[in-house]
Amino acid sequence: MKLNERSVAHYATCDSPPDKTGYLFKKGERNTAYHRRWFVLKGNMLFYFEERESREPIGVIVLEGCTVELCESAEEFAFAIKFDCAKARVYKMAAENQAAMESWVKALSRASFDYMRLVVKELERQLEEIQEAAGGGCGGAGGLQGKENGVAWTKPAISLANGFGEGASSYVPWEGNADSGNGSVSGGSVDGMRPPPVPPRRRGASLESPVSPGTGCFSKLHDWYGKEVEELRVEWLQSQ
Amino acid sequence: LPGTQPTALAHCNVDCTSENTDCVVVKKRLVKLVVNFLFYFKTDEEEPLGALLLEQCRVEREDSQVFSIAFLDEAERKYLFECDSEEQCVEWIDSIIKASYEFMRKNLIFYRTEIHRLTGKDPLEQYGILDETRFQVSNGLPLMPKDTSSM
Repeated sequence: MKLNERSVAHYATCDSPPDKTGYLFKKGERNTAYHRRWFVLKGNMLFYFEERESREPIGVIVLEGCTVELCESAEEFAFAIKFDCAKARVYKMAAENQAAMESWVKALSRASFDYMRLVVKELERQLEEIQEAAGGGCGGAGGLQGKENGVAWTKPAISLANGFGEGASSYVPWEGNADSGNGSVSGGSVDGMRPPPVPPRRRGASLESPVSPGTGCFSKLHDWYGKEVEELRVEWLQSQ
Repeated sequence: LPGTQPTALAHCNVDCTSENTDCVVVKKRLVKLVVNFLFYFKTDEEEPLGALLLEQCRVEREDSQVFSIAFLDEAERKYLFECDSEEQCVEWIDSIIKASYEFMRKNLIFYRTEIHRLTGKDPLEQYGILDETRFQVSNGLPLMPKDTSSM
């Protein structure tokens, strides 16, 4: 199955802040040894690199519809990423210590697009309530206009500004967020106060039925990544 | 969980162009939007031919019934889609823009900050999720990925 690999790799390595990074041990598919890889979680995609300094990922796991559970293993601090689809590979992983394992399990189990959408909808609803209570006025609060979905493109007028608001609203520092370095802030449009667009409606997750194209689609994506061939080759060479 | 229904199922002509922009091959494909992926199928087939991850991309109206998707890392190359109607075209463009994790994240950060500004309260606090890194508001500076493995 084809994929826009270059662009996917670009997403992995571009400067949009990752949700979590770190070393994890990943059990090989054929070679059952655990290999230490550098993992980068961005959104619902878990990329892994041979080394932290590697320029391109060697694989990606799409986390939509997955469950993350602790698993029995000779390896300490082990957990597994599983999918509903019977065909899908189970990813066995191990962290370096208890804290890292718990942190990764938590981060990965909430990495789905659907979870993010749920939270966004909830906040959108809350904001609407607040605005209505405040007298219905303002026609809405600043939002994201334009056709880019996260890219500061060539048209500054509608591109997303890095940093919140152009002096209009002040950035509110959160108390106790020592690690506040994640996620660039894009302020509402300069001129404005319009609500962000409503996320599209979807009916449930896309991976329930084995005959659903959605299920097949994602497990095919897991099989993808030409670079994983390289990993296999490395493993094979090491086993010689 | 309810059965899967495609969000939008339409017959579009996908132009998977070669380097030669004069050579435009028009193929009829079934296109299905699933979270932040656009899958495309040969009509009537169950397995997709391919998929496009919809992050770091730009969607543009090209014509009354045609839109394009281009990716930041390869801005000159456009994937063209022809819809059956103008209405459908508008709908697709809207859906694809919103089908991005990063887009949702930015919305969330906006809502969170705005609610905090208006009420003095962090709306995520009641759910106990205010410290999740995916919901963080940055200090506005471009960030290098950090090793958070010790978190």
